[in-house]
Amino acid sequence: MKLSEQLVVDSTSDKFIVGSREFNSRLLVGTGKYKNFKETKEAITESGAEIVTVAIRRTNIGQNAGEPSLIDFIAPSDFTYLPNTAGCFNAEDSIRTLRLARELLDGHNLVKLEVLGDKETLYPNVIETIEAAKVLVKDGFEVMVYTSDDPIVAKMLEDIGCVAIMPLASLIGSGMGILNPWNLEIIIKNSSVPVIVDAGVGTASDASIAMELGCDGVLMNTAIAEAKNPIMMAGAMRKAVEAGREAYLAGRMNKKLYQADPSSPTSGLIK
Amino acid sequence: MKIWVNGEIKNFEENLTVYNLVEEIGVASKKFAVECNGEIIPKSSLKDTLVKEGDKFEIVGAVGGG
Repeated sequence: MKLSEQLVVDSTSDKFIVGSREFNSRLLVGTGKYKNFKETKEAITESGAEIVTVAIRRTNIGQNAGEPSLIDFIAPSDFTYLPNTAGCFNAEDSIRTLRLARELLDGHNLVKLEVLGDKETLYPNVIETIEAAKVLVKDGFEVMVYTSDDPIVAKMLEDIGCVAIMPLASLIGSGMGILNPWNLEIIIKNSSVPVIVDAGVGTASDASIAMELGCDGVLMNTAIAEAKNPIMMAGAMRKAVEAGREAYLAGRMNKKLYQADPSSPTSGLIK
Repeated sequence: MKIWVNGEIKNFEENLTVYNLVEEIGVASKKFAVECNGEIIPKSSLKDTLVKEGDKFEIVGAVGGG
C-alpha cells in the first residue's frame, strides 16, 4: 500500500490480498522444525496465520507408510497451503517440485518459489529464480517469490507477474532481524504487489519493524519453532504483526532530530 | 519387473497399474503425487497407466517446511 492510501484505511477493513485470494492475517508461517505435529498445530493456531508453507518430499514407502503426516494435523481445508521449493538449487527442480505440488493439492496454484544459491547461506540464486518464475507464471501458477533485497531484481520479478515479492530480512533461519531496512523501503515504494519479508525474523520487534516499514506481511518459521516456548512466541508474533501494521496505517509522528518538544503546556507553571 | 521408487529398486509382478503401485507401497489413502520418468501422472490416470520395466517413479507428499 502506498502512503497516499493510508488515511482512508481503518484497520478493521484492512484485507490482505495476494493474487486472487483475500486474507485477514498478515503473518505467514512455516510448518517445519517443530517437536511434533501437535506442537505445529498449536503454534500455528496461536499465530492466527491463514497461509502456511509446506515442503514437498518423497513419501515414506513400505513399513513407514502409515506414519502420521502433516496433512492429518494441518488440514488443507482449514489453511491455505503454500508449497515451497526449499532445497531446490536450480529452476528446473523448482518447477518440477511445484508442478508435483499442484497435482498433490488438487490443482492449488498459489506457491512459494525459492531457488537457493548455496548451502551455507541459502541465499537466493536470482538468475535461476527469474527463469523459474517466467515458466511458472506462464503455466498458471500464482507465484510468491523469495528473493534478495535487491530492488531491481524485485521489480523484474513483479514485471514477470509474481503475485508477491518476498525479500529476505537476513539469512534463512538466522534470526538476525532486518539488516537493510533501506532496501526494503525502496522495494516497497516501487512495488504494486504485496511485499512480504521472508526469512531472518528473530523476535517480535523484527516483525513489527517490517510492518512499520510498510511491508504487507511477514513470513517466518524458525523464530517461532525454535523459541523456548513456540506457542507463546506464535502469539507474540501475531500481536507484533498487527501492531506494526496498525502503526504503519496510523502514520507515525515525524522524527525531530536533536530537538525536544514538550507534551505538557509551557505556560501556567507555578512561580 | 524391476522399477525405481523414490530412489530404491523394487520388484513387482507384471500387469501392475500405477494405482496398484501406490496401494502396494501404502500411500494410496494419503495425499500424494506421482511422477514417472519425469512426467506427472494425474490422479485421474493412475488406474489406466501400466508400470513398465525400468520406470523411475517419484512419489511425493507434503511435509513440514518453511
